[in-house]
Amino acid sequence: MIADWPILSLTVWLPIVGGFMVLASGDREANATKWTALTIAILTFIVSLPLWFAFDSATADMQFVERVPWVPGFDIEYYMGVDGISMPLIILTTFITPLVVIAGWEVIQYRPSQYMAAFLIMEGVMVGVFSALDAMLFYVFWEAMLIPMFLIIGVWGGPNRVYATIKFFLYTFFGSVFMLVALIYMYFQSGSFDILGFHTLKLGLTEQILIFIAFLLAFAVKVPMWPVHTWLPDAHVEAPTGGSVILAAIMLKIGGYGFLRFSLPITPDASHTLDWLIIGMSLIAVVYIGFVALIQQDMKKLIAYSSIAHMGFVTLGFFIVFIIGQNSDSTSGAVLGIEGGMVQMVSHGFISAAMFLCVGVLYDRLHSREIKDYGGVVNTMPVFAAFMVFFAMANAGLPGTSGFVGEFMVILASFQADFWYAFLAATTLIIGAAYTLWMVKRVVFGDVTSDGVASLEDMNRREFIVLGTLAAAVLLLGLWPAPLVEVMDASVNNLLQHIAVSKL
Amino acid sequence: MQFDATQLIPVLPEISLLTLACLVLLVDLFIREEQRIASYVITQVGLLVTVAVTLAVASSETQIIFDGSYIRDPMSDLLKVGVLLVTFISFLYAKDYLIQRDLFKGEFYTLGLFAVLGMTVMISANSFLTIYLGLELLALCLYALVAFNRDSPQGAEAGMKYFVLGALASGMLLYGISMIYGTTGTLQFDELAQVVSKGDMNQIVMIFGIVFLVIGLAFKLGAVPFHMWVPDVYHGAPTAVVAFLASAPKIAAFALAMRLLVDGLAELNGGWQGWQGMLIILAVLSMGVGNLIAIAQTNIKRMLAYSTISHVGFIMLGILAGTKEGYTAAMFYTLVYALMSAGAFGIIIALSRKGFEAENLDDMKGLNQRNPWFAGMMLLLMFSMAGVPPTVGFFAKLFVLDAVISVDLTWLALVGVAFSIIGAFYYIRVVKLIYFDQPEDETPLSIGVDTQVMLSINGLSMLVLGLFPAGLLSLCAAAIGS
Repeated sequence: MIADWPILSLTVWLPIVGGFMVLASGDREANATKWTALTIAILTFIVSLPLWFAFDSATADMQFVERVPWVPGFDIEYYMGVDGISMPLIILTTFITPLVVIAGWEVIQYRPSQYMAAFLIMEGVMVGVFSALDAMLFYVFWEAMLIPMFLIIGVWGGPNRVYATIKFFLYTFFGSVFMLVALIYMYFQSGSFDILGFHTLKLGLTEQILIFIAFLLAFAVKVPMWPVHTWLPDAHVEAPTGGSVILAAIMLKIGGYGFLRFSLPITPDASHTLDWLIIGMSLIAVVYIGFVALIQQDMKKLIAYSSIAHMGFVTLGFFIVFIIGQNSDSTSGAVLGIEGGMVQMVSHGFISAAMFLCVGVLYDRLHSREIKDYGGVVNTMPVFAAFMVFFAMANAGLPGTSGFVGEFMVILASFQADFWYAFLAATTLIIGAAYTLWMVKRVVFGDVTSDGVASLEDMNRREFIVLGTLAAAVLLLGLWPAPLVEVMDASVNNLLQHIAVSKL
Repeated sequence: MQFDATQLIPVLPEISLLTLACLVLLVDLFIREEQRIASYVITQVGLLVTVAVTLAVASSETQIIFDGSYIRDPMSDLLKVGVLLVTFISFLYAKDYLIQRDLFKGEFYTLGLFAVLGMTVMISANSFLTIYLGLELLALCLYALVAFNRDSPQGAEAGMKYFVLGALASGMLLYGISMIYGTTGTLQFDELAQVVSKGDMNQIVMIFGIVFLVIGLAFKLGAVPFHMWVPDVYHGAPTAVVAFLASAPKIAAFALAMRLLVDGLAELNGGWQGWQGMLIILAVLSMGVGNLIAIAQTNIKRMLAYSTISHVGFIMLGILAGTKEGYTAAMFYTLVYALMSAGAFGIIIALSRKGFEAENLDDMKGLNQRNPWFAGMMLLLMFSMAGVPPTVGFFAKLFVLDAVISVDLTWLALVGVAFSIIGAFYYIRVVKLIYFDQPEDETPLSIGVDTQVMLSINGLSMLVLGLFPAGLLSLCAAAIGS
């Protein structure tokens, strides 16, 4: 049985060990180093595929479970497993990383071995976050992510990189240490660090609210939710293209995943009591941040703000379930909300990655991210322009692309909660189209505005492969989202049944 | 009482150290300048032999000898091995530094070995007198070592400061001891514990005694508000001496706290009346002041001095929890801290060379371009000090927080993590300098092979112990006896 193999461990440790090998090989044979890195990344993707194909979507139980003691003195275990919520995110991680490696192929001249190694180690650690079922194992992976990302932004980033990366590090570190205290507190309540054990732990409302706030600090910073989003535009703008892609496509998802794995099941009553707060923050993110995106002059900043708005949809979808639960007895609306949030996360992983890669293609040629430096790119780079317009449409939620599916599901679910929530959420279809398409209009269309643009060469084969793969993924998920929804269905239903029962 | 030679078996590590110190002293007299390396070799081999001797006499039983003034228990075995190994590491780092600065004298090793002897005596003390004896032996050697570079006015100043403040602290400690002796009538820790449990003493005198005892202890540990000597001594002393001073004696200071407070006065730890309350104040102040002032430092030795102060605060958190888990956590933290500290100063030594002292944070700039491997080691050490997983520093903090929360002092854990966020800033600033900045000084590092190997082991141990913390933790737990 393939499900008995330690596939999760392989997916975690293959890239980490491979990353250290790449690091050790140094920069003398830069080309060989890059090929090694790519091989490892692709191999990891292949290794992770059984998670999808051998996955039993009929059950909500944890699958591919591995469990051995790690620090027996403190009941910490090396305990991993996946369900329908975490598995798609793992596949997303292993899918995006090879693309990031390819994207950095020629661009990174300074110490490419360290660059590639950082991304591979990052990949393993992120898969670890999604698959950990022991709270301390989760926390170790969660914090370990900071180290490679700190270096990626700081070493290969733009001019203001040091400010951005220290801000990024301290923000996220600040968010997570309080979660650590909450986890230790629950350890003394339940007697182990087993996350599934935390799910069934009885907690009073005050305790739940305090724990909920500790989690909120950690996850809201990561998602990021308004008003703790301010690190993201800085980090994105300064990060190298690959760093932006990983940040937007995967790291933000870890915050959303945290809500589903920790906040909702562990503190359902506090989540219910405080759902107005999250819904409010989400709607502000969707509407206000959308307007903020509209006025950006810097393409990466614009996409960063658009990410915050899109992630607002995710948290909205997760937390309207309580209001839907009050309005009707059927859980179908609530299922729609959470599944919509999940689909939105995966889809945003593809689209934001693609958008940042598009900006990267332009930046590599003209070394500017300012919208005003471009104009009429379509005249010199027709193939690239086609891709960029396609991804922009997807970002704006065009039906037929993956961007539409998640947003539509969340808006549908919001209608069952409250008309005004749905109304506010739906404004994103207008605002999102406005800021994305306006940017595309200024950058891609029109006459050639400068000598720089006139001298542009169209995409090379490497860039075509990367963007082409993502375009295929966006289309596939947009036209045929059913497999993704089916995979998570049992787990989401199980989660909803769990949170419908009060812990008080 | 009849003298019985088998009584001496538990003291063999001390005997071995004393012999070694005398041997180095003698050999050094008769060798020529260019053979000076012999003193170093004898010292290092001797330290390893002493480790072997310590392990040979180690057992899970407790032996109390010399009319109750000396104790050998699992805790003393582990702490002694820790002290000896960390001393070995710091002497190894120190060698090249001393040679390059014409400080390569036999006295360094003699003084160092007597200091180690003082530490082992402290670790194995079972009475106030023995502990004071060990403490003073350690302190006197350290005063001399701090001023070891006699041509350096800074070193002399640091030595003087250390001596005056250290003497004051010893006075406080003695005063406290005299009060406790006065009201309980015993100097021995096990008897003291019995008297305390009977309540057969004057409470007010006892509290005063504990206050003075804790003040003396706080001085030796370098806890706020008795920390003033730490930055000056770290700054003024030769870096090679600091590598020693900042690592092994911390383990001894932990033993001092355990023997004084836990062995003798464990029952008096409750609430604000007992030593728990005093340690809470010291711990919170140390973490706060240490982490905040460290941010303002431009000299890396001073920065690490303030970082030590904050780490001492964390170690105190483990002790004040007053449970076996707490003591285990504090012990784990101390051993890990000694390793981290030795490694960090090892890197600073490696960056220095003849005629150039790496002292300022800016000297770290662009290390990744000059030597990526040791840049990586420093990265691991710094993240470990900041407590970021997967390095072992995280587990040290985790276990301490665990212990603190288990005794319902969750607010204290929150204070601890809040200050460690502030602390993270100055550690990652070092990483920033190493990785993100351009080197001001392009001279390639010249590091001896032995130092290279040891620095690599030291740096990688942060990662390896972080991935597999269970081994060291179970050793600590066994030493505490839980």
